[in-house]
Amino acid sequence: MSKTIKLKKGFDINLAGKPEKKISEISLSETFAVKPTDFPHMSRPKLLVKEGDTVKAGTPILYDKMSEDVRFCAPVSGEIAEIKRGEKRKLLEIKILADKEMVFEKFKSYNSSEISGLSKEDALAHMKAGGVWPNVIQRPYGIVANPEDTPKAIFISAFDTNPLAPDVAYQLGDKEQFFQTGLDMLKKFTDGKIHLNIDAQAEVAQVFAQAEGVELNKFTGAHPAGNVGVQIHHLDPINKGDIAWTVTPYGVAQIGQLFAEGKYDASKLVAVTGSEISAPGYVKTYSGATIGNLAGDLTGNLRFISGNPLTGENCGKNGYLGFYHNQVTVIPEGDYEEFLGWIKPSTTKLSFHKALGLLSFLNKNKEYTVDTNTHGEERPFVVSGAFEKVLPMDILPTYLFKAIIAEDYDEMEALGIFELVEEDVALLEFIDPSKNDLQEILREGIELIKNS
Amino acid sequence: MKALQNLFDSVKPNFEKGGKWEKFYTLYEGHRTIAFAPDILTKNKGTQIKDAVDLKRVMITVVIAMIPALLFGMWNVGHQHFISVGEEATLFNKILIGSIAVVPVLIVSYAVGLLTEFTFCVIRNHPISEGYLVTGMLIALVMPPTIPLWQVAMATIFAVVIGKEAFGGTGMNILNVALTARAFLYFAYPGQISGDSVWVYLGGKETVDAFSGATVLSYGPTSIANGNNMMAEIGGHWYDGMFSFMNMFIGAIPGSIGETSVLMCLIGAAILIGTGVGSWKIILSVFGGAYFMGVVFNLVGGNPYMDFPAHYHLVAGGLAFGAVFMATDPVSASQTEVGKWIYGFLIGLLTVLIRVVNPAYPEGIMLAILFMNVFAPLIDYYVVDANKKRRLKRATV
Repeated sequence: MSKTIKLKKGFDINLAGKPEKKISEISLSETFAVKPTDFPHMSRPKLLVKEGDTVKAGTPILYDKMSEDVRFCAPVSGEIAEIKRGEKRKLLEIKILADKEMVFEKFKSYNSSEISGLSKEDALAHMKAGGVWPNVIQRPYGIVANPEDTPKAIFISAFDTNPLAPDVAYQLGDKEQFFQTGLDMLKKFTDGKIHLNIDAQAEVAQVFAQAEGVELNKFTGAHPAGNVGVQIHHLDPINKGDIAWTVTPYGVAQIGQLFAEGKYDASKLVAVTGSEISAPGYVKTYSGATIGNLAGDLTGNLRFISGNPLTGENCGKNGYLGFYHNQVTVIPEGDYEEFLGWIKPSTTKLSFHKALGLLSFLNKNKEYTVDTNTHGEERPFVVSGAFEKVLPMDILPTYLFKAIIAEDYDEMEALGIFELVEEDVALLEFIDPSKNDLQEILREGIELIKNS
Repeated sequence: MKALQNLFDSVKPNFEKGGKWEKFYTLYEGHRTIAFAPDILTKNKGTQIKDAVDLKRVMITVVIAMIPALLFGMWNVGHQHFISVGEEATLFNKILIGSIAVVPVLIVSYAVGLLTEFTFCVIRNHPISEGYLVTGMLIALVMPPTIPLWQVAMATIFAVVIGKEAFGGTGMNILNVALTARAFLYFAYPGQISGDSVWVYLGGKETVDAFSGATVLSYGPTSIANGNNMMAEIGGHWYDGMFSFMNMFIGAIPGSIGETSVLMCLIGAAILIGTGVGSWKIILSVFGGAYFMGVVFNLVGGNPYMDFPAHYHLVAGGLAFGAVFMATDPVSASQTEVGKWIYGFLIGLLTVLIRVVNPAYPEGIMLAILFMNVFAPLIDYYVVDANKKRRLKRATV
């Protein structure tokens, strides 16, 4: 049964620089990179290439020692320009100098009748070799799924409620035609359902409305209604011992394309957003492009974020777009002191709270320009009840964070750590008056529980 | 403002590692962040933007909410002074006399408290926290206007050291810090903080005949002893209409500096609730609990105090002040939403219970809040446990 779920809690962060539905022409980045650090829990990445090798788009270049046949493939064809390592020789970036004309690695392609008859084992082998497996994320923990597992269900969130969020259906672009094929493939991996969750407040894109073999669930509410973790909590929550998978619509389509066309196509429409972008919109590029190339020629004291402002990463202008990111955000840095900034009334500073002098709640439709200043120092948890107002889940966040800090495993489990990944607490981290790094704390807790 | 920034910059090297005042870095930083919101950036991973609110702003909101009660308290101290000595006085004179009694208490509370706080911050090398902004004001407002200043100083030191810093500072204390200060005086120097003669500041002058400085609550035990109707007793007050419901609501009655006016507390409550800083659940349930217990006593009857109308309990003593400013302290209160209802209700209930049943303690709100501070973690324990059980139950079905 498809469900309609109304969420009352949450907060939409209304920022300036939302992407308009138009694609700007840009010249492709000179270099692209694969970053092993994009994949949480990839503990022992092993290289399959060395500097100077030439690769095609789809050539395997990396795998994780823990799960050897899951290949991570080159997004573009070209020459391996640099293998960048950090402290203790930790693998950071594999940079590829891109060809002008993309050459794709040939994988086997299947026609529609072959696809329906394909066994789970063959499909799995194809996905692992073809570079699309890392699209499949496992809950709990939010890590690349273990191919040996059988999930109780697969969840796909077809909308994004993060600040400056791109339009998910629009971003599929010409991959839209492969979405159904991707769903058909995923169907082979679970005895349970595939939940496709759409926004009940917006017009539903054809590609989702016509999807077959799925439960189409509708959600209403402010952010984080579009977070797949919140959706799972209301549809079929994860208990100890359960495993569910999540895939983004882009990931589903990429899987479908591998089977239909026999190529690993890492091209994507990236939303270029933020108050510093003169004409926010979309650009077509490949996974791992340089941020500066996508954002255009910008000067000043700016922060270049791969991803959205809540869960993204500060990569710098010369950094590279993350594997899971389909958005670049550019906002001003906030390295200034403000005279009596903690008491001055303001209508231009965005706040979820209504504490004295913070007047943004009076004008909810205004688009705010927010910089990277923390607006305060880190403090112990003091205010109670605020997190509960923005987390539409039956979870007591403060108690969970305290359990993590105390490294109390039983408490973490009992309080629901299996249901959360970083993005689910990102909004809490934003509104926290005590300025704690909640996403980081949660990841530490997840690591503790996973390794216990 | 550039000049001030430059001044801070010029003294900064002395406080940094290797500087001659290295140990006092936290003081430097504390003062700079009061003058200027700091230039700290979000980390590379995690949220790239943060809400404009911080703890300083939350705390200053509470302080502002207390200002009406403080100003009214100053006037009322003067007002009580002049009616007790039988003189006519202008508004200005009342406030002037009130300030003479109140301002020194406020100054001592802030000065001693901040000094204690700074000492601890330097010794333990943790950042100066803004929590004392609120505590300093609260301590002053819950003192009688005649309190000796050395007692204020002692109580403040006790409260900050034993009540807060011993537990690890702001956010870690179990008991409300300001009430810890008051409870300390209550048990160590009861002569100066209870009885009938401490609530009116006389300044050495002779009172009118028939004067009594008793609060309404001390009429309870008296009427039990005399066997008289309590309403009749308070109706016979030497100053006509002193303990009418309206006068008690407005707050022109003897009492601690800031606690007498229910009206001003409600204005404070409106600010706290409107800004979302104070929990309306706690405030409402404290009043609810007190009224409930008052009604129960009315129904049971038995002695004149039990017959005291329930709604009079709401405007008597420090119930309103405690409900709005003390019970809502997020650190010592219950921290779960369900728990807040229970916590507040029991505070109200216990307050009236202590008032009526235990004649040794004329006012119950202080002990009720401290008692429930101790029990708040227990309430939360069961609320959290219910959450865990829901999750476990889900797993097995």
